[in-house]
Amino acid sequence: MLRVDIEKQLGEFSLSASFTSEGRVIGLFGASGAGKSSLVNMIAGLLRPDRGTIVIDGETVDDITAGIHVPTWRRRIGYVFQDARLFPHLNVAQNLDYGRRMNSLAPDPGQHSRIIDLLDIGALLDRRPGKLSGGERQRVALGRALLSKPRLLLLDEPLGALDEARKLEILPYLVRLRDEANIPMVYVSHDVAELRQLATQIVMLRQGRMTSFGGVKVLA
Amino acid sequence: MLDISPAEWTAILLSLRVAVIATLVATPFGIALAWLLARHDFWGKSLLDALVHLPLVLPPVVTGYLLLLTFGRKGLVGGFLADHLGIVFAFRWTGAALACGVMSFPLLVRPMRLSIEAIDRRLEQAAETLGAAPWKVFFTVTLPLALPGVVAGMVLGFAKAIGEFGATITFVSNIPGETQTISSAIYSLIQTPDGDAAAGRLVIVSIVLALGALIGAEWFARRATARLHGN
Repeated sequence: MLRVDIEKQLGEFSLSASFTSEGRVIGLFGASGAGKSSLVNMIAGLLRPDRGTIVIDGETVDDITAGIHVPTWRRRIGYVFQDARLFPHLNVAQNLDYGRRMNSLAPDPGQHSRIIDLLDIGALLDRRPGKLSGGERQRVALGRALLSKPRLLLLDEPLGALDEARKLEILPYLVRLRDEANIPMVYVSHDVAELRQLATQIVMLRQGRMTSFGGVKVLA
Repeated sequence: MLDISPAEWTAILLSLRVAVIATLVATPFGIALAWLLARHDFWGKSLLDALVHLPLVLPPVVTGYLLLLTFGRKGLVGGFLADHLGIVFAFRWTGAALACGVMSFPLLVRPMRLSIEAIDRRLEQAAETLGAAPWKVFFTVTLPLALPGVVAGMVLGFAKAIGEFGATITFVSNIPGETQTISSAIYSLIQTPDGDAAAGRLVIVSIVLALGALIGAEWFARRATARLHGN
């Protein structure tokens, strides 16, 4: 469950959003500059709202009046960025293992091999991020986020930096992830087709305001 | 080949010891300061920055004299350290290491700071989203990515420390076997009749050491950069 009710002033731009969702994949839809990334960064704790509350899975991670702000690293979220942000000094296997090490989780070989199979990245484990294609990088970033065992997965235009062919290469993995991994997701995109395939609920943003919230049919 | 006498060896080994200790002790402080200057804005930051660079522009004899006043047996800090911890700097090789450390500090900090400034902070954010506490982010992402700069700073600091003269001789004098480094030995030899040959040998040694340090640093930096870019 994700509950968001926030306001934030960013220079001239003001952002406000309020929704509660039990959906498996919340699609955050809007043109660039609509405030999608800022909203996701607030859910991640990278940005602090001026007013309001954010509740993830029953835990209040932000409540401005009560002075609550749980730092990003304690939120147990996974975040897949548009630009992957793999650690260049670590190989793929070490990147995948990073979240488990940082959270001091016991090794889970079952989940490890399941995710590597799901994302088809077994052949890349010894490589450095510098030697990967854009699509491979995004798959590894996805695996890295999943292996940290998050309770919520945030994806900020994970296909945004890829060309059409690469997008079609990754989309099926995301669909499989939605159906098999059982982790709620917030999926940011400005691409209607992408959201139609993936999202179960839509939050539509326009110039910092929520214009609609509901099933995928609001995209029509 | 160079026919180096035992007395010259003593000066060379002392110089190496002084420079190595000065560099190793200064490095953690240098990293902490570089990080502070690269990542934080605070009141008095420009002043701190200027203070760190002061030994670079002050006459070395002034720095040495200030060290003597502060860390000498009768100095405020020196007296305290000698009475309570038994650490004496005045006229000891440890004092030479302190003088070299202070004099080389600006050169040591600068590359470290630049390399920390050059790190993509979005990678540190990514580490945070994966559950890394700030200190873990520092040791697993920031420091490894800054490593080429850290090593470059250490080497530059070492090369400067091994050649330091003015502050050292002012602070701890020029005692063979205790505080006489390569530089002060050369200085003494030049003033001694028939000292030219020995001075020449030490000059060659110091050129070799300095060049070796610079080439080593360059080689390491290239290797580390290549590693980061995926080889």
